[in-house]
Amino acid sequence: MIEQLLIYPLLLQMALAIILMFAWNNTSTQKFISISGSTLNLALAVYLLMYVWQNGTQTVQAGNWEAPFGITFVADTFSATLVLLTAIAGLAVSSFSSGSVIPPRLKFGYFPIFHFLLLGLNGAFLTGDIFNLYVWFEIIIITSFVLLTIGGEKAQLEGAVKYFTLNILASVIFLTAIAVLYGLTGSLNMADLAAQVAAVENRTLVQVNALLFLVGFGIKAAVFPLYFWLPASYHTPPSAVSSIFGGLLTKVGVYALIRVFTLIFELDNLLENVLLVIAVLTLFSGAIGAIVQNNIRKIFSYLVICHIGYMIAGLGMMTEVAIAGAVFYLIHDIIVKTNLFMVSGVIYKLKANHNIKKLGDIYADFPKMSLLFVIPLFSLVGIPPLSGFWPKLSLIGAGWDTENYVVIGSILFASFVTLFVIVKLWGEVFWKNGEKLPELRNFPYFKTLTSVQKVQMVAPIVFLGLVSLYIGFAAENIQQLASRIAFELLDNQEYIDAVLNSAKK
Amino acid sequence: MLTAILSGFFFSLFLVFAGKFFKGKLAVLSALVPLGLFVYFASFIKRVSEGEIITQQYEWVPSFGVNLNFTLDGLSLLFSLLITGIGFLVFAYTAEYLKGHKYLDRFYGYLGMFMGAMLGLVLSDNLISLFVFWELTSISSFFLIGFNNTSQASRRSAILALAVTGSGGFLFLAGSLLLGGVAGTYSITEMVNLSPEIIGSPFYLWIVILLFGAAFTKSAQFPFHFWLPGAMKAPTPVSTYLHSATMVKAGIYLLLRFTPVLGGEEIWNTTLIIIGGITMFYSAVHTLFRTDLKGVLAYSTISVLGILVFLIGLGTEYALTAAAVYIVVHALYKATLFLVTGIIDHETGTRDVTVLSGLRKVMMPVAIAGFLAAISSAGMPPTIGFVGKDLVYESTLHMGDWSTVLTILAISTNVLVLYAGFVAGIKPFTGRLPERHSKVHMPGFLMWLPPMILALLGLIIGIYPAFIDGPIVKGVVKAVGMAGEEVHLKLWHGFNFILLLSAITLTLGILLYFLLKPSKKREKAIAKFDFIAPKELILKFGSGVWHFSNLWTRVFQNGFLRNYVSTIILFLVVLVGYSLFNGEQEFYIDFSSFSRMTYYEMILMGIMFLSVLFVVGARSRLTAVVAMGVVGYAICLMFVIYSAPDLAMTQFSIDTLTVILFVLVLSSLPKYLSISDYKMRIIDGVLSIGFGLLITLISLEVLSEPVNKDVSNFYADNAYILAKGKNVVNVILVDFRGSDTLIEISVLTVAALGVFSLLKLRLKRDDRELKD
Repeated sequence: MIEQLLIYPLLLQMALAIILMFAWNNTSTQKFISISGSTLNLALAVYLLMYVWQNGTQTVQAGNWEAPFGITFVADTFSATLVLLTAIAGLAVSSFSSGSVIPPRLKFGYFPIFHFLLLGLNGAFLTGDIFNLYVWFEIIIITSFVLLTIGGEKAQLEGAVKYFTLNILASVIFLTAIAVLYGLTGSLNMADLAAQVAAVENRTLVQVNALLFLVGFGIKAAVFPLYFWLPASYHTPPSAVSSIFGGLLTKVGVYALIRVFTLIFELDNLLENVLLVIAVLTLFSGAIGAIVQNNIRKIFSYLVICHIGYMIAGLGMMTEVAIAGAVFYLIHDIIVKTNLFMVSGVIYKLKANHNIKKLGDIYADFPKMSLLFVIPLFSLVGIPPLSGFWPKLSLIGAGWDTENYVVIGSILFASFVTLFVIVKLWGEVFWKNGEKLPELRNFPYFKTLTSVQKVQMVAPIVFLGLVSLYIGFAAENIQQLASRIAFELLDNQEYIDAVLNSAKK
Repeated sequence: MLTAILSGFFFSLFLVFAGKFFKGKLAVLSALVPLGLFVYFASFIKRVSEGEIITQQYEWVPSFGVNLNFTLDGLSLLFSLLITGIGFLVFAYTAEYLKGHKYLDRFYGYLGMFMGAMLGLVLSDNLISLFVFWELTSISSFFLIGFNNTSQASRRSAILALAVTGSGGFLFLAGSLLLGGVAGTYSITEMVNLSPEIIGSPFYLWIVILLFGAAFTKSAQFPFHFWLPGAMKAPTPVSTYLHSATMVKAGIYLLLRFTPVLGGEEIWNTTLIIIGGITMFYSAVHTLFRTDLKGVLAYSTISVLGILVFLIGLGTEYALTAAAVYIVVHALYKATLFLVTGIIDHETGTRDVTVLSGLRKVMMPVAIAGFLAAISSAGMPPTIGFVGKDLVYESTLHMGDWSTVLTILAISTNVLVLYAGFVAGIKPFTGRLPERHSKVHMPGFLMWLPPMILALLGLIIGIYPAFIDGPIVKGVVKAVGMAGEEVHLKLWHGFNFILLLSAITLTLGILLYFLLKPSKKREKAIAKFDFIAPKELILKFGSGVWHFSNLWTRVFQNGFLRNYVSTIILFLVVLVGYSLFNGEQEFYIDFSSFSRMTYYEMILMGIMFLSVLFVVGARSRLTAVVAMGVVGYAICLMFVIYSAPDLAMTQFSIDTLTVILFVLVLSSLPKYLSISDYKMRIIDGVLSIGFGLLITLISLEVLSEPVNKDVSNFYADNAYILAKGKNVVNVILVDFRGSDTLIEISVLTVAALGVFSLLKLRLKRDDRELKD
């Protein structure tokens, strides 16, 4: 039983999604199932990571077809960590959704689809098969598209169309890349591909192939100049949906980039330069995009883009320190971005507005809540010793080691702009005397919510805030995790052996 | 020591929860925290002065080499005593100054956090943990400057200050990492031993530039000084504590701390002398044009910070001793002047020095404190200021060729600093008491006693400089790498050249004070030159950045989906095309390996081609979507031809659903408009053809590559034997790669749910969660 441990999170999410569909109209049952199921999932994920940490990379050969012929699921430390992060964010958003999403949406399959999304995310992190990864991407796209559209408001649909079109384009490019890869090697198993690709003689086609993957995943990861879907859509759905999107969607792209470029393709000069240029421009565009926005969620959207640049920079520099920095940043970012969009959701429920020019008074009216919100905001900026600070040590350090001065400059620039934007936001939203906003008649203001709903909305912010604080103050543990992940990624023999040799056992 | 540092943070944390009990009469008790710490640090004076260095080590993040290693040497001790000593007085003063303020608890919370951070900064031996505390001081300063957060001016000043010190902080971070990389350690103590290697490294210049960036922004050196006058928006206790006595000296601390590591080089000394020199003179001149007491004090503080940088730049034992003494001198008199200004502001409601006079008649003790501080700032005997100023002249006179220029610069700065001190400490108390201030009365003792204590201290140690010479100043001088044998503090050196210089300074300064009264007219006159002031230039630059950002963002995120798509395609075509035709392998397609086309294929190709033309020429979205559907179906038929009916079925349903989804979404979009002009279409056309061509070429080249058939052969061989299925494709779908299919089924389910909700759920304006 324990050998199959790594697919339990998948089975659980799928079971949850199916069970939830049977409670179609019963929203309180759905909430109960979703939250308790997510809690169980978190326990599973914690156990999985601990198990992998102690026993090394785990594999499951689906249908018992030995690799590379069947589909292999693999949990190395990287995958297990991301499954855990998904579980943490999933539980938080599950609770937040229970408190904030309005009943009509819940009665149209919100929760089942939400769990299908988590299923897709877990699958993408756990699969060891490149085509299977594509299929998990499909489910992520379709679920996120449906989550974007539930409710059918005009703004939602407009955002959703752009989201869907560009993501499908990404999938098409991804699929093309898989086709080329299969044509070159005749294999889809990623561990197998590691050896097969190295053996291909036509290196130009390998490079072309790698670039196709880069563009496909680059769109998902929302890097410059491929990020357009993100600012077009993240501000349109309910905050709960933005939260899970902001936390995890782009990160799947980053995960895929890191996985593919450490396992299957080796970075040559061109790829390395392309990655670094992309990283620099992403840091730059995201940062200056955030400066000019007034909608809280758009500010956060651009910051999502901006901070993807850190991780791409880490990947592009390709030293163990740099990869550890990228991974640490990834860990920090998933938690903090999820939390920020939830914060924006609470602010919206308080004031029925997203415009920082009009908002205000939050510090005066809700001092304790403001202090709570400071945690994700400052963690994001990376005020030392909070969570966003530590990975920069690795990234800048790696920048000096590899003499990538422009990258260092961009990291500093992006950090500075993030600081500025967040501080400005703090001044506008929390400090300022806000405009007198009209009282909306049917708007579900925070004060009109039941105390259970309030707890459901605030508790996940506390929860993720505590996780962020843990990442910051117990950075040693996280850095050890990130270092081990970086080590495993760069020395991928353990992964390959675990996949290919377990079959022969 | 860790407990000492953390006590500030714990105090703040405690106030978050128990703040409301501390707002009233109990507020004064919070002064016990810094007092206790002061006593604690004072207890080390003897040991440190005997040359002992007290260290404590705690592990924190060893993976990064970041540990909480604390070192108490002379330099740290001086700063710790200032932080806790002045902290104690300011905490006590605040209890009265902000008595009954709604957010007094918050204020103490920030102050406590600042104190902890500042102590951590001066005690850390680990460069990264020093940086951590460095940033925390900036953050607490941000909250304190913006304490009156409903005032726009306060908010702006707070943001500006954080922006300047924060950007310096990032330079510091980069510099620390570089230095740590070069030295192989973050321990400053170890770096001192590695100094020759560090100075010899090719990165030395970078390190120095980055650390200067940090120090100059934090310590308000020209041209980054402008945040400090803005920071005067903070309540006066904050100005006293952070922006005069302690935090702004963090940069000075950093420079002193790194003098034994990085100092002694041309670039180090010259830069510091130039920047310090410009700063001290430039801002001293500025004091002539200010009428707000805090404005005067802010600029004279910057001037003193400039003097300190200047002295560190001189780098001799005399100069560094002078710097050490000057830190004490300045902390004592400037804190006094700020506290006195706070009293004046609190009691009269104005800080405009042009209307203030004669206040000695109503608040004599305050006047005495102000007077003592003023003469200390002037460097008159027998105050400690006199000792400090002498040492400055002593150092400039020892500078060889440049001694004349430097000494003249020092004298003119001191003249102006004297002027500023007199304006702030003497002017409000002398002359006639105006009618409207006749009812002004003395503040509570909590307010007037702290400045009095500081002022008297300045007098006492002026008379007995030995109080600080052996116990403190020597320790500092040793900590910065000097022997500490050359200089002994004395009030009276006999009649010599330096005494003459002092006399000249005093005469000129006093003359200036009597001849030049602060006036609004002058203040307005200089405001005309604001447009070339660094602050304005940087703000203009900032607004330029904003406009550029706006433009950049709008160009890329322009709202048109088609532009997004074409940008992505263009990016791909350029990137992949470059790689394909510039790679090491020559581009080559082996056409002989391809089989011939059948009629079915040709017909299907024809259908596809026509439909694509139809899509391109369509005049409505619906037609386009339907025609796209036809392309999809044609692809399904291709699958059928290549004997994969199951695949075809899947493709078929997905296609159908996609078309339906599209049609549904389309119905909520506005009517179809033909917005692209001829040129646009041609560009799009070229791009599309380029993209299609590229993918085709890649596919053809791939097809002519040899293929490893292990996997497909395994499927063909084992489909029946192991999986008991006759149709290989079927077996692949449901068995070999069954998980793919399982997930695709889920995709379909979700798609169905999505279609259902799109059809059925239309939120009305009233019950929607979003309203933008």
